Amino acid sequence: MSILIDENTNVLVQGITGRDGSFHARTMIADGTKIVAGVTPGKGGSFMDKVPVYNTVAEAVAAQKIDASVIFVPAPYAGKAIEEAANAKVPLIICITEGLPINQMLFYYHMVRERGLTLIGPNCPGLISPGKCKIGIMPYKIHKPGRIGVISRSGTLTYEVVHNLTQAGLGQSTCVGIGGDPIVGSGFIDILARFGEDKDTDAVVVIGEIGGEDEEAAADYVAKNIKKPVVGFISGRTAPPGKRMGHAGAIISGGKGTPQAKVAAMEAAGIRVADTPSQIPGLIKQALGLG
Amino acid sequence: MNLHEYQGKEWLKHYGIDTGPQVLCHRPEEARRAWQQFGGRVVIKAQVLSGGRGKAGGVKVASSADEAFQKAQEILALTIKDIPVEKVLVVPAAAIAKEFYVGITLDRFNKSILLMMSAEGGTEIEELAVTAPDKIVMFRIRADKGIDHKALDEVLLQIFGKEHPAGLPSHQQQAKNIIERMYKLFLDKDATLVEVNPMALLEDGRIVALDAKVSFDDNALYAHKDVEAMRNPEDNSADEIAAREAGLSFVSMDGHIGCIVNGAGLAMATMDIVKLFGGEPANFLDVGGSSNPNKVVAAIKIIMGNPKVRGIFLNIFGGITRCDDVANGLLLALDQVKVDVPLVVRLIGTNDQEGRDILQKRGISAYTDLNEAVQKIVALADKAPATASKAGGTR
Repeated sequence: MSILIDENTNVLVQGITGRDGSFHARTMIADGTKIVAGVTPGKGGSFMDKVPVYNTVAEAVAAQKIDASVIFVPAPYAGKAIEEAANAKVPLIICITEGLPINQMLFYYHMVRERGLTLIGPNCPGLISPGKCKIGIMPYKIHKPGRIGVISRSGTLTYEVVHNLTQAGLGQSTCVGIGGDPIVGSGFIDILARFGEDKDTDAVVVIGEIGGEDEEAAADYVAKNIKKPVVGFISGRTAPPGKRMGHAGAIISGGKGTPQAKVAAMEAAGIRVADTPSQIPGLIKQALGLG
Repeated sequence: MNLHEYQGKEWLKHYGIDTGPQVLCHRPEEARRAWQQFGGRVVIKAQVLSGGRGKAGGVKVASSADEAFQKAQEILALTIKDIPVEKVLVVPAAAIAKEFYVGITLDRFNKSILLMMSAEGGTEIEELAVTAPDKIVMFRIRADKGIDHKALDEVLLQIFGKEHPAGLPSHQQQAKNIIERMYKLFLDKDATLVEVNPMALLEDGRIVALDAKVSFDDNALYAHKDVEAMRNPEDNSADEIAAREAGLSFVSMDGHIGCIVNGAGLAMATMDIVKLFGGEPANFLDVGGSSNPNKVVAAIKIIMGNPKVRGIFLNIFGGITRCDDVANGLLLALDQVKVDVPLVVRLIGTNDQEGRDILQKRGISAYTDLNEAVQKIVALADKAPATASKAGGTR
């Protein structure tokens, strides 16, 4: 098993004929993902390689069984793309696009939840259940099927961690990049809850960064609800306050979001916190008694 | 993006909020003329993009033309939190009966908009949060549902009171009028902060905004050209501006190891590891997810422009970014920019072998292991002289 996506997940790509959309649709297909449809307004009836293209998400959903939709639409239109997928009741929506205005997400966050749907992102690398399904932009070859769950606010840092896990012989059940924005559709807790219930996940790696209070809340949740070992890592320990470190969400402001508070909260919750990504596999093996 | 007080007040005024008259001055002589316009007592305030200007001597009162000249001259000579004061704002001194605090910002944890209010205005909210946390009222607004007017009215009554000055709406009503306009500005223009401190009750019964701190979401500036037009160059250092123009995400720091990394999370983690192994990062630099070789060239130029740099560390984890493209970009940069400090490269992920081969032809060997590579650059930078200390100037 895995969480959110598996070998049976039928995927729709919004923005499939765009530069990024077509490139990543082809890469996902090569990596074994079932890309069954695409959407680009005005291009309905055509094909991207062998994938049928529809004008709207509603048309695609009417014609095919769609389990998840991944959005590669440019930032000024990405919010509307989320809304369109939510209106068509696509159960899992993944927004890869970076740079959505924060206030827009205040609307879409609640809209998606109130309909009982799941949104991952925006500004995220997507998610992957190695050997089963990849919805996103991560390099497939660094992954390996296995029993470790990974949750992260970052992209390439997740690759770094996954690479270390794979090198150490620790495969992954599912890796979820939740996104680096201040407001994302699914937080650490949403994904931790799913890993907690997944019989095929033995331990979870939580990769946080400066900004906000989500890591603290996640630590509290772990202490109360997660019986499996959890290993943490926080990036941005050297970041100066008041400066946005690339991600819109990575900023220490008003004394909130400091790395010290996050590490302390994690340690207090019994989470083993690594100083470098390279220490993570060792901490997991220790926790699982794998020597 | 942050605005000066005078710019923030222009926005408030645009939304129909009374901020009183103001004159922006770049020279002491202009402050003298401003006094001649207002007469009586005026307040002269430094316009800097940082808090704490009052404590730094950046706010002074003047009661004559000569005094206005002199006080403006003093303030314009100040440097507040490393920022030289280049502008002052002159306003008539208000007859204040009471000061309030009102701020609207994002509550990322609760996925809502947070309206913060206090009857103890005047001091900074961070300070207030420490000295009198129970005096701050937090009122959350769900953007998709709008303001709960009944609930807000109750809170406003408690903070501003129902007193009804002759010929004016009640204090509560005046405050609500201003707050609704601040909220509209926040949503319309994608602000991240709209703060009025103090929001003052004047002795004549009017409630007005005597200061303004307004910041906007960089992600939304594409939709608000009128906001973008107010950008202040001093909001960012020169290298930060150069980086933005090149499409790079950059923050300057105090250390000596220049870092170039793809991805914000990995860039932060790389800085942390540099520090962990005894080095000090000179900057945060995310070249982004594209493979445009010109971005690497721009990154090298910006880093070599920092005289403190004694070594460069390039860390790439290929995903969408291809390591061979980065390697070609690096060679292009080395042809254009003289790099006379040690350079360590770490390549892994998409097309890393191709990238390594490209660099090898120029005698550069790339690492695969992150820790090893960091230890190498820290050791090399320790031995290297800073770029600025070299004779003859290398650029």
